[in-house]
Amino acid sequence: MKNRIRFREIEANRGFWALLALMGTLIGLAALAFFYLKIYGHVATGMNNQIVWGLPHVFAILMIVAASGALNVASIGSVFGRKVYKPLAPLSGLLAVTLLIGGLAVLVLDLGRPDRLIIAMTHYNFKSIFAWNIILYNGFLVIVALYLWTLMERRMNRYSKPVGLAAFLWRLILTTGTGSIFGFLVARDAYDAAILAPMFILMSFSIGLAVYLLTLMAAASGNNRPIGHHIMNRLKNLLGIFIAGVLYFVVVFHVTNLYSEQNAVASRFILAGGTEHTTIFWLVYVVIGSLLPLAILFAPQTAGNPRAIGLASVLTVIGGAGLLYVIIIGGQALPLQLFPGMEVSSSFADGQVNAYTPSLPEILLGVGGVALFVAMTAVAMAVLRFLPESLADDKLDPHYSAESTQEEAAAKA
Amino acid sequence: MSKLPEKTDTDRRRFVAGAAVVGGTVAIAPGVTLMAAGRPADEAVTDKVRWGLLIDSNKCDQGCNACVTACKAENGIPDFGRPATDAQWIRKVDVTDPQTGNSFSLPVMCQHCEHPPCADVCPTGASFKRADGIVLVDKHICIGCRYCMMACPYKARSFVHEPVANQKPHAPRGMGTVESCTLCVHRVDRGAIPACVEACVGAQRGAMVFGDLNDPNSLISRRLREYPSTQIRADLRLNTGVRYRGI
Repeated sequence: MKNRIRFREIEANRGFWALLALMGTLIGLAALAFFYLKIYGHVATGMNNQIVWGLPHVFAILMIVAASGALNVASIGSVFGRKVYKPLAPLSGLLAVTLLIGGLAVLVLDLGRPDRLIIAMTHYNFKSIFAWNIILYNGFLVIVALYLWTLMERRMNRYSKPVGLAAFLWRLILTTGTGSIFGFLVARDAYDAAILAPMFILMSFSIGLAVYLLTLMAAASGNNRPIGHHIMNRLKNLLGIFIAGVLYFVVVFHVTNLYSEQNAVASRFILAGGTEHTTIFWLVYVVIGSLLPLAILFAPQTAGNPRAIGLASVLTVIGGAGLLYVIIIGGQALPLQLFPGMEVSSSFADGQVNAYTPSLPEILLGVGGVALFVAMTAVAMAVLRFLPESLADDKLDPHYSAESTQEEAAAKA
Repeated sequence: MSKLPEKTDTDRRRFVAGAAVVGGTVAIAPGVTLMAAGRPADEAVTDKVRWGLLIDSNKCDQGCNACVTACKAENGIPDFGRPATDAQWIRKVDVTDPQTGNSFSLPVMCQHCEHPPCADVCPTGASFKRADGIVLVDKHICIGCRYCMMACPYKARSFVHEPVANQKPHAPRGMGTVESCTLCVHRVDRGAIPACVEACVGAQRGAMVFGDLNDPNSLISRRLREYPSTQIRADLRLNTGVRYRGI
């Protein structure tokens, strides 16, 4: 007899309202920052004519990349047929939507002319990967919304596999597009590499799964729905593999760069340039954001401990933000080479390493985007049934005991 | 709309038809070119001409800033004393070879590429290349995303970081949009030469020549044929409209 999994809204308890109040405040501050920039212009930011994309872009791309990765859990359930992930799929789809909206909000509000958003939706230059991304982002929202419908409406369940497959393929293309925003910049030494596209896909896997885990754990603890060890174990192992995968792409990217003198300039600048980007790369991305979470996830002392998994997820997100900061801002800090091998100077910072210090309005704008994501997710979960009533292993997976015994036997063999 | 009778009108047609190729452009001194053929406002731009610049860094003095000053005055680009965010359509770059100590100076502005990366990446098509090779920004559909600034190999573009005042009617600007050298399109269309080139002549340098790259008899084409020249970042194969000598 098949056990039907029941879903239930999260409780609108005191913690829920406190969270909403905090996020509301942060969103309000971001709105103030936006109007401040609208009146005074981007001169009130740390961005300038050399560092044209700043902290808002780090926040935005972090969330956009995470959005596509948050869909992992649903994809594994629908596309790859792993039953145990299916009850976790609706939350996965929800996060994909809310993260993307949060990220796009920051991106749009940082535009010089955000009031012209309608132009971005009606005038397309199809040679621009940016224009393609606008289509990919909007399409992603529509496809994931459809996907959620097939997951949450019983009569539509039979369509969840094909729609899930479409969403899976679409997100791979979407993150390829996001990575290609940088990959297609032929003029800049720090970018212009096709490997950036698959690297961004792996980044989306790790950051998206980390955000998923954190949301799942927060919702579970706030609603007394303990998560089974077996499912946590699976998810944390997956997270570990993704973190290692990103690290692999980063190593390949820099090693191939270092091979030829022409490309080595950019990698040497990041890896050993002595600027804040070198510190952020090694300390924030490599140590705090990659090695430490890997150690936490796989060391026998901490492996399987839910708090440790939560900490590792937080560190993964911080590491991802650090890596994006180095890619986006570090890549612009490196002076453009108009005359390779020559010493140059001008009134326009030619030949100089470009400094960048984010201003308060930029920080508020970025944080506001994250708050928007959190608030939308919390409200959606309180209004609709995204989370199973129980997250215990035997409730999520009817074959839990048999399967786990087999796995244990295999591990011992 | 009534059309003003203009003598240049007929000159233009003859020019385009190739009947008065030499007569269309008159060189009155080395580096000074008067464009006799302006373009009436109701006549479409064609690709029969491709406007370009030839800059001779041998004649460009490191201490001279005449082209930059003239550009700012012509196009109403203010100087707020904030070099990181102030717009610079043209700048002087001093270059030194660390091996030999040889140094030279040259102005760098939008290179008016045949294959402009800024126009390729622009999501809305606000960055575009006119048929006559001039790369421009349509201020009405620029959303201020700055992707073109990321893509330009020459750092030729500026973002308008603060509110603008006292704009020139021929060079509209707007906070939150991107701008760059227009090759003084408003002057070129009426048959005049860009302000920087005029100032260079005025400063007795004659380091800049403006003209039609498609016209084999124009001064710029003859100079380019006669002497070796190069493009900045020629490796990117953008086929720039701005060429340099002595670099």
